[in-house]
Amino acid sequence: MDFLIFKAPILMVQASMDGILLGLLFALIAYGMALQWGVMNIINIAQGELVIMGGYIAYFMYTAGIHPAFGIIVSPIIMYFVGWFLYKSIINRVVERDLFISILATFGISILTQQLMNFVFGADVVVAQSNFGTTLLFDDSVTLPNAKIFSALVSIVFAVALVLYMKKSRLGRAIRATSQNPRAAKILGVDTEKVYAATFGINAALCGVAGSLIAITFTLHPYVGLPYTVRSFMIVIIAGLGNLPAVALSGVGLGVFEEFADYILGTEFRIAAVFLLLVVILVYRRFKLSKKREYLK
Amino acid sequence: MSKNNIIIYGLILVFGIGAPFLFPAYKLQISILWILTILALTWDIQGGQMGYNSFGNILFFGIGMYVCSSVQIGMFFPLSEWTASGGEKTFLHTTSQYFEGFTYGLILAGIIPAIVAALIGYGILGLRGHYFAICTLGIGIAAGEIAGGIELIGAGQGMTVPPWPKGIGGTELRSQFFYYLCFLTVSITFLVIKWIYQTRFGLVLNAIRDNEDKAEAMGIHTMRYKIIGWVVSAFFLGIAGGLMGNMIGYIEPTEIAFAGSTYGVFMVLMAILGGKGTLWGPVIGAAVFHIFKEGFWTFFLGWQYVALGALIIVIVIFFPEGIMGWLREKYPHRFGEVVDEADRTAQVELT
Repeated sequence: MDFLIFKAPILMVQASMDGILLGLLFALIAYGMALQWGVMNIINIAQGELVIMGGYIAYFMYTAGIHPAFGIIVSPIIMYFVGWFLYKSIINRVVERDLFISILATFGISILTQQLMNFVFGADVVVAQSNFGTTLLFDDSVTLPNAKIFSALVSIVFAVALVLYMKKSRLGRAIRATSQNPRAAKILGVDTEKVYAATFGINAALCGVAGSLIAITFTLHPYVGLPYTVRSFMIVIIAGLGNLPAVALSGVGLGVFEEFADYILGTEFRIAAVFLLLVVILVYRRFKLSKKREYLK
Repeated sequence: MSKNNIIIYGLILVFGIGAPFLFPAYKLQISILWILTILALTWDIQGGQMGYNSFGNILFFGIGMYVCSSVQIGMFFPLSEWTASGGEKTFLHTTSQYFEGFTYGLILAGIIPAIVAALIGYGILGLRGHYFAICTLGIGIAAGEIAGGIELIGAGQGMTVPPWPKGIGGTELRSQFFYYLCFLTVSITFLVIKWIYQTRFGLVLNAIRDNEDKAEAMGIHTMRYKIIGWVVSAFFLGIAGGLMGNMIGYIEPTEIAFAGSTYGVFMVLMAILGGKGTLWGPVIGAAVFHIFKEGFWTFFLGWQYVALGALIIVIVIFFPEGIMGWLREKYPHRFGEVVDEADRTAQVELT
């Protein structure tokens, strides 16, 4: 077997750089998932669809003649209300129920939104051109689109802003209190229903930001949501709930892994590699814990 | 009670044998109903009785489908040339070759998924709750993606299945042959699963669902039972896959074989709709779901999947106990539960 990547080591640098920039974006989505998983104890299979929906908002602005980079401001605002609406209509009925019920219900939301996006935006692969140009490194042998650098920076800014918001603001404190003990929070006067709705909205808004960044750096298609859900799930189970540096680190790790898998196995096996990595990680952790007679909780 | 049972079984047997003559136009639909019933019944071994909600049982269905047709072709012709040429245009099975290949194909379609289940079972069945659900979801989708990248079995374009031999009968005989084979398979599956639930094995599965740690503390090797349960599911799912592939006549990796978003979800949905954790629930669920799907799908032309998403949400939110659960609530004495009326009213008053 001869792999191009081992013949030309500079490609490794290229893959690593791409992976790091991509991974920060994944980390942003994963942070949203960790937030609502920690607070509401729900695994949202529709996370990826929320991302793609946010991306289509940016794409819609692009077709209307506005620069798609402004999507990072408009998209989260719209997505916050989408998330809030989803919570009020469906999620609030499954919050207190069995986890499997919520997985299946969000799976239903995922299929529903996929198809609706298919009707509204069509089944074509679309991309919003940002015209940011590219940066060349190491004697022009490594190419980095500026859009990717921009997206990584925006991801960092939003993640840090969210952490500060959760630490300082009143709502942030209410959210953290609810995640620690919803009963006690309720007794102390926190409106948990409102907190849940806000959490789901914030999660959707983060997905909106990530989606509009994906719109300018990658491609959009109604059916590519599920891999984003699986990636963020993977990052969360490695990093734990709500530990931002760990989330960022495992996001970057996943991004680099994916870029290398892309070069070594070929692009057609990229998604399969992501899903198989999920299985490998879960089984590895299960064997590690079973030595102590424990299991993943 | 037992007299009622005989009547029910008799009616189903009469319907199953007579259906091709009573409703000749719906033969294929009823065959698919039997396949769906197998899917729901085998899912319920994990999801209902054992408490392991699997989204990845479709893996065995797809493997069975590919194994069956690969054996059917590979026994007589080079497989790679078959898929490259689009199949039946260059090669033709004789009647005896067709049935010989089909028999071996169907047997292996049961055995190979069962072996796969046994091999991956030890690692994966150690996961619990939602980790198991997401992990199996990942396996199902990864299998579809991988099958879509292998040239030998036709990659993303899929492969055709050997056509019905020319010498004997036309499409009428073909559809009747597959109909009765499906009915036979679903009957055997049902009887085996019914027998399993009556033995100690069924009790162990329920013990795992109710409290796995306690079951282990009582000295039961829970892992062994979980793996055997999965192997049984995989065996029947594989055979169902082999039959389905031959009935449709064409295999495609992500839409037909490893169709996580259609059959993979249908099996969960049917079991929940009928009432998971009961013997008859998946059967009733499959029938109701199939009738609803075929009856109303045409109204939603183009919007089927939107309707499917909405249906999932509605069933999960409003009918998590299913039809059997509802019946049980309504007529508890029919299920052998003794209800103390005075105690019940007292309970109602309390709540």
